[in-house]
Amino acid sequence: MLSKETKLQMLEKMMLIRAFEEQAEKLFMKNLVHGTMHLSIGEEAVAVGAIFALDKSDYITSTHRGHGHMIAKGGNIKKMFAEFLGKETGYCHGRGGSMHIADFSLGNLGATGIVGAGIPIATGAALALKMQGSNNIVLCFFGDGASNEGNFFEALNMAAIWKLPEIFLCENNQYAMSSSVKRFVSVPDIADRACAFGVPGVAVDGMDVIAVYEAVKAAVERARSGKGPTLIEAKTYRYKGHSKSDKNLYRTKEEIEQWKKKDPIKTFTERLFELGELSEKELEMIKNKVQTTISEGVEFAITSKEPDPDTVEKYVYAEEGEKE
Amino acid sequence: MRIITYKEAVREAMTEKMREDRTVFLMGEDIGVYGGAFGVSMGMLEEFGPRRVLETPMSEATFTGVGVGAAIMGMRPIVEIMFADFLTFSADQLVNQAAKLRYMTGGQVKVPLVIRAPQGSGTGAAAQHSQNVEAWFFNIPGIKIVAPSNPYDAKGLLKSSIEDDNPVLFLEHKLLYNTKGEVPLEDYRVKIGQSRILKEGSDITVVGSSIMAYRALKAAEQLLDEDSISAEVIDLVTLKPLDVKPIINSIKKTHRLLVVYEGCMTGGIGNEVISRVVESDAFAYLDAPIFRLAGKDVPIPYNRNLEKNAVPQIQDIKDKVKFIVKGGWNA
Repeated sequence: MLSKETKLQMLEKMMLIRAFEEQAEKLFMKNLVHGTMHLSIGEEAVAVGAIFALDKSDYITSTHRGHGHMIAKGGNIKKMFAEFLGKETGYCHGRGGSMHIADFSLGNLGATGIVGAGIPIATGAALALKMQGSNNIVLCFFGDGASNEGNFFEALNMAAIWKLPEIFLCENNQYAMSSSVKRFVSVPDIADRACAFGVPGVAVDGMDVIAVYEAVKAAVERARSGKGPTLIEAKTYRYKGHSKSDKNLYRTKEEIEQWKKKDPIKTFTERLFELGELSEKELEMIKNKVQTTISEGVEFAITSKEPDPDTVEKYVYAEEGEKE
Repeated sequence: MRIITYKEAVREAMTEKMREDRTVFLMGEDIGVYGGAFGVSMGMLEEFGPRRVLETPMSEATFTGVGVGAAIMGMRPIVEIMFADFLTFSADQLVNQAAKLRYMTGGQVKVPLVIRAPQGSGTGAAAQHSQNVEAWFFNIPGIKIVAPSNPYDAKGLLKSSIEDDNPVLFLEHKLLYNTKGEVPLEDYRVKIGQSRILKEGSDITVVGSSIMAYRALKAAEQLLDEDSISAEVIDLVTLKPLDVKPIINSIKKTHRLLVVYEGCMTGGIGNEVISRVVESDAFAYLDAPIFRLAGKDVPIPYNRNLEKNAVPQIQDIKDKVKFIVKGGWNA
């Protein structure tokens, strides 16, 4: 059973992710962002539910829509905003931007912009952990789009034959850019694809943070005890467009509104109120805390320096004897 | 000194590194009892067991990525791609992941990954199992590419590649696997990033790598005997990063340059060698135009004679050298 404290932490993380991304969009509208962004607003329960089921020392791989994963894993908001604005103080010193935020010290092995390409990397990390006799596991986030990439099938097969400590977590947000799962996925549940590999496949309500947590928790136990991978499909929804160029021509306003009724933050807040585990005062405190973190993060990013253009060739190669 | 084959040299480098470093392991297709398609890993399964000689399903794209994932977690994987032509499957993991991870994350990670792949023509394997693939990866920042021409370099370079903290594409040549050469019993390294003079000469500089360095050396030996032409042969050894300094110095002595490469003429590595020479002070020393001898712009054909005609042979190198040295271009 999750303690009240843990549940409030989960709520806070979801609110922090939402606030980060709403702020990111504002920065974008103010023309302060050079590149693009992929917002996960609406999908917060997946990142938070999954990562709360892991130990701090476990690992994740992330995707182009990865802000939520990084924040749930304990990411530093200042460094995230700074990276978003391309500053030297950002997570990747302005070399990666929104799409490539990683923090190896926190066990986030990176976010890839190539759909599905993080899956083999997660499998390799899980192989390394097994070879090293570690008790840790790797959770690999990917989307419904990536579930049509060959890498997904190949990696699931490999993780299954080698019984790797890995969890395949498919965030099914219904659309790969504009391509609906209804048109491009051959089965109603992506989770069913697991049976082809002799792996358990679990479909779960991705708008329900506790449901995600419980599904991942079971997969964690399986992975940690050497029984191999699990495929979890969390059914969720992205409220915002795919990226900055999206005009939402492929779906209806009604559909978006229908999903918003199941909003993960709203429903979880209501549930905590009902359970008597959250008071108005506590909610206010969380909101204030989140707002302060966001304000400080933005302030840090805006006042940070740009990278020196002359350092463009730095970080291409690891040099001999180089200090980290 | 002890004489062993190129194939044995590759195996020795892997074996010795795996004995001394528990993080090193080999993965790929049919590398166990079969010993790999060319027998390079023959016997390694018996010594290291199936966990460190890890046989994979036929999923090149993914097991290359598995190598990347293991590398960023502190392992030093050696991934064998059965034929270099299959690197097309591995391309995303090599180009977009392995090569860019360090840069994209602002130096947070190292990717000590070795991809070993045999390339090149001459075995009658036709177009999909014979290509020289150097140029495919030559303009990818973040990886190193080496292509040894002899057993000594193969062993010393592979050890250096395994110890390198960057992704290294280690290109072997199928026709060289059974060639023999001196390899000391003592531990040694060949540094990545250094080209080398294989034979000194005064009339012309001939540059090549892998099988073309081997053929250029044979051609130079015959030219000296048959035509009294003294060719200096330089083996690039490492293709990326390219070391042109010895070539520039050599041209100042010989005043002529022929660059030989096996890959297709258009967009091949020799063009970069020439560009760097043209931009250097060696240009003023040239007494003849710079010439290339390269693979024709064709897929590798099956028929023996067609196949030979698709890439430079020893006789082609000899003919081209004579043409340049005797001023045939000026006729």
